[in-house]
Amino acid sequence: MFGVLFEQTADGQRYIDWLLSGLGWTLALAFFGWWIAFAVGLVVGIGRTVQNRFFAALARLYVEIFRNIPVLVQMFLWYFVLPEILPDSLGNAIKQIPPPWGSFFPALLCLGLYTAARIAEQVRAGIEALPRGQAEAANALGLGGYLTYRYIIIPQALRLIVPSLTSEVMGIYKNTSVALTIGLMELTAQARQISEVTFQTFTAFGAATLIYLALALIAYQSMMLIDKAVHIPGTAHARDIRDQELTAEVPQGGVLPDAMEVVK
Amino acid sequence: MNSLDFSIILQAWPYLWSGLLFSLALTAAASIIGLILGTCFALVQHFEIPVVSQIVRGYIAVMRSIPLILVLFWFFFLVPIVLGHLSGIGRPIPIGATYTAFITFGLFEAAYYSEIIRVGLRAVNKGQFEACQALSLSTFDTYRHIILPQVFRVASPIILSQTIILFQDTSLVYVLSLTDLLGAASKLAQLNGRLVEMYLAVAVVYLVISSAASQFVASLRKRYALTGTHR
Repeated sequence: MFGVLFEQTADGQRYIDWLLSGLGWTLALAFFGWWIAFAVGLVVGIGRTVQNRFFAALARLYVEIFRNIPVLVQMFLWYFVLPEILPDSLGNAIKQIPPPWGSFFPALLCLGLYTAARIAEQVRAGIEALPRGQAEAANALGLGGYLTYRYIIIPQALRLIVPSLTSEVMGIYKNTSVALTIGLMELTAQARQISEVTFQTFTAFGAATLIYLALALIAYQSMMLIDKAVHIPGTAHARDIRDQELTAEVPQGGVLPDAMEVVK
Repeated sequence: MNSLDFSIILQAWPYLWSGLLFSLALTAAASIIGLILGTCFALVQHFEIPVVSQIVRGYIAVMRSIPLILVLFWFFFLVPIVLGHLSGIGRPIPIGATYTAFITFGLFEAAYYSEIIRVGLRAVNKGQFEACQALSLSTFDTYRHIILPQVFRVASPIILSQTIILFQDTSLVYVLSLTDLLGAASKLAQLNGRLVEMYLAVAVVYLVISSAASQFVASLRKRYALTGTHR
């Protein structure tokens, strides 16, 4: 059934090379986007918990804006709107970036900043789940605000939220497909192109689906490994995450142990 | 930098409004289909019905692992073929992008809703089931009158949050060239060239609706926390 993938294309490659090139763009987008998202998300998440009202409000504004606009609309804002509202010289310079980089960079920025808003909320939840005594003990030991966050709060909060970050990792690689709307030939776009050229829609989409499933499995397993390595004893494990995520918000506790309760 | 002219939005508003109505209709339909189907999926897994429950679990895992755009492409291609087979004609029946979108979003969201309901079912206190048995209620009556109402009640904030995400995701019907809010804006932008104003306006509309809805969900959650079943 997948035989057609090994046939020659018009440009001398094989169809599977198209898929692999698409996979490459998908992975590059997800990988680099993730680090942008993680860095920005960490800063914004911390910002949401600081005493300073101005920074807290700024961080909240960031989260509200980036979380409440669909990722596709954000993609268009970065790709179509940003070059137009910048000064002419800069805008024209951006428009002249050759493809595929011309769509890769806006997509990278878009996915990174969008996912950052979601990660920021996880970071905030992680920080708020820590018992107050941690910060108070740090203060009692003479640590200032920065040192308290740097050595006491952040390391613990990050270890706590590894399970919930798993769904953000899965989210960012799925959202890379939105980049096809601004012309990036990532995995889904290549699958569609193969289906249009060969009419073997079933094969083309099937292959892409299998690759995405493999990616999901790899992402999930590696997050589990990370969780195992940095897990704080006594808290819930990553494999329970999907349930936790939901029950943590269900007001009726009681039956299922609440992950965060154990820490307190 | 060209001067912005937002009066263009006022002229375009009727068309954008019809697009927004489509987005909302798609959200409503998909959430109803998704909830009904998702509840069935959750119950199938809850009762651990052999074979069916494994199929459902696989379906949910696949739906949650592949991008929505790929799912849209899949259904756009598959639904006519499946309908052709079901109706016995044997050749694909084209049903158009609009119906495809409704079917796809309904089936796709079912996977997400069912996970919410499934966990909600597990969170129901065992005593509730035992009390139903003591009252000799049938299984159907137990779930219909006792269990499911409680599940929906406690899960309603999460269900609503998921519906807000669904509302934002409906913008992806752009890839099927449908005229939802974003589709309307992009079609107008291609005609009049004012894409900056169009896309900014669309972003603001999504932002206002989604954050208003999120605020509502937050207040709902708070109210449940107060009168809720206790911790």
